[in-house]
Amino acid sequence: MISPTLVLVQTLNGVQFGVMLFLFAAGLTLVLGIMNLVNLAHGSLYMLGAYYTATIAQWTGSFVIGLVAALPLIFITGAAIEWVVLRRLYTRDHLDQVLATFGLILLLNEAARLVWGEGGLYVEMPALLSGSVRLAPGIIYPVYRLTIIAIGLAIAVALYVIVARTRLGMLIRAGASNREMVEALGIDIRLLFTAVFGLGAMLAALAGGLAGPLFSVNPGMGDSVLILALVVVVIGGIGSIRGSFLAALAIGIVDTIGRAFLPGLFAAFLPRPVADAIGPATASVLIYLLMAVVLFFRPQGLFPARHG
Amino acid sequence: MNRGIIGLAAALLASLLTTPAGAADKLKVGFVATLSGPGSQLGQNLLDGFMLGVDETGGKLGGLPTEISKNDDQFKPDVGRQIAERLVKRDQVDIVTGVIFSNVMMALYNTVVDQKTILIGSNAGPSPIAGKNCSPYFFSTSWQNDQPHAAVGEYVQQQGVKRIFLIASNYAAGQDAIAGFKSRFKGEIVGEIYPAIGQPDYAAEIAQIAAAQPDAVYAFIASSAAVNFARQYSEAGLMKKIPLYSAFMIYSLTLPQLGDVALGARSAAFWTPDLDNEVSKHFVAAFRKKYNYIPSVYAAQAYDSARLIDAAVREIGGKVEDKEALIKALAHAPFKSVRGAFRYNTNHFPIQDFHATEIIRDKAGDLIEHDAGVVIKDFADSYAHECPMK
Repeated sequence: MISPTLVLVQTLNGVQFGVMLFLFAAGLTLVLGIMNLVNLAHGSLYMLGAYYTATIAQWTGSFVIGLVAALPLIFITGAAIEWVVLRRLYTRDHLDQVLATFGLILLLNEAARLVWGEGGLYVEMPALLSGSVRLAPGIIYPVYRLTIIAIGLAIAVALYVIVARTRLGMLIRAGASNREMVEALGIDIRLLFTAVFGLGAMLAALAGGLAGPLFSVNPGMGDSVLILALVVVVIGGIGSIRGSFLAALAIGIVDTIGRAFLPGLFAAFLPRPVADAIGPATASVLIYLLMAVVLFFRPQGLFPARHG
Repeated sequence: MNRGIIGLAAALLASLLTTPAGAADKLKVGFVATLSGPGSQLGQNLLDGFMLGVDETGGKLGGLPTEISKNDDQFKPDVGRQIAERLVKRDQVDIVTGVIFSNVMMALYNTVVDQKTILIGSNAGPSPIAGKNCSPYFFSTSWQNDQPHAAVGEYVQQQGVKRIFLIASNYAAGQDAIAGFKSRFKGEIVGEIYPAIGQPDYAAEIAQIAAAQPDAVYAFIASSAAVNFARQYSEAGLMKKIPLYSAFMIYSLTLPQLGDVALGARSAAFWTPDLDNEVSKHFVAAFRKKYNYIPSVYAAQAYDSARLIDAAVREIGGKVEDKEALIKALAHAPFKSVRGAFRYNTNHFPIQDFHATEIIRDKAGDLIEHDAGVVIKDFADSYAHECPMK
């Protein structure tokens, strides 16, 4: 049952998963690289982005308005979180940062439950993007997922241009490489931090908003993505956008292809109940295997921003 | 000598404080369900159904003023067990009822029945309780866990489906669901996959289903991911091409989130909101008036449990301390259930009809599960023969 068309469709699925992961992880790697801050609450920004988009989309009846309007809202939310909590953590140990931002996750999850309830929010798929399209004979793929791939790739290109060709990008690369030197050269590091944090938050919110029509919006939806994003950051190299992009794509494809074909592979030489038990488990583990392999050869990740 | 007098005084005081034997003056019920975190929607439904039943008796189940404690097991077996210990030993309740999840049920079951306290389960029905570990103190107003899935299997078989694709979340209940389905379905299984529980994106799995081109799909995806699966299935264009059969996925709880995507989805249940009998019609109307949403099977099960308690206690004249009599009264179920005919098997699980269900828009324009006819009449669970009770 493994036909070329199935492999192609699954690869597309993997790419779609990968670009969403990239949108989410880009902010995380920037914050970690430039601000040296482990911000586990990044997943909560993803979740809140999804909730804002869903709520506004329901009020206005337009998904696009919801998506666009959520961005400044998340910027404000992110700024508030930064001002109240994160600001105090810059000089502290990574472990303290983990503890504090983990507490933030619990707080924000509960807050989401209080405001929107446990049941999950339903985001209407925009009519223009719903349904499937025929890419080739035998390959039918949902339009919406193609849109996500397009948006993700466009943003990846935009980020590349920003990072490689603009002054802000230069400051980002310099800050990721050697923060103290940047400060010593008279750059207002506070402003840079705010810009970086805001950018990362908006990317996460975009990923969350885009996820809405596909998955239901639930409290805690950011938690599982966060774990994968951390793997992306580790594999890609802390502070590197390019690294996150490649790592996210790799993880997206490995995870999807693994989930799709491993159980079948095991079933070829193992009794079915065993194959069905081991297959899915191994598929999940594959990502961490990938991380281990990459780290074995390059302990700093694929494109480490820090030097020395 | 001082100690002797104090001891005597204490004994006298103690004898004054014990209530005299005779009719109890109130009924103590401990309600246990998952009321927080994931799964809380189910627990809240269960509670709402139960409280409607209680309110209809004016707060007096069986004519006795009823004290109900509401306990949240947080979907954790150890918390469930602690709650049961407290209810049974410290609060000395007459009846423990509720329990959504089977793992919590298994944790608190022995605590309750070993202390000879009546346990009326209104949802979870794991097989050990129906079979080897059955107890006269346990009664179910729901079903045995395998039954709903077997009923869907029967429905699918009766529809003439030859090739089916199975997909279930990879945990105990998911595997049981597939096993229950297979007990009735005799055709060819072209695919059987178990995605990780809680996984939000089913693109990979749906692509496999499309490639296999089955006649139908049977799905059992746990909790909120169920909505994701249904919507992604529809987005991929499959809802119209390959009929989707499922259990506990596309029903009253999830219809508001799914909207039109759910139309045509099929399942099987012992009860639907449009079931044609007086008790059910009254229940649905009263429930919608009080809570402003369409009741789910959980609410119906809990409502029945309240009415069962009411009828049984009434029959023994409120003498709940006579456990033997209460058990006898419960066992012959002297009440009219929302599901129509109701009677107990030897293991205190119901023998009941299961209906095919399909999601339609009713005349008022609401999305509901529609009763599409009986698929299994007088369905008794398959573990009763392992139970030593006769």
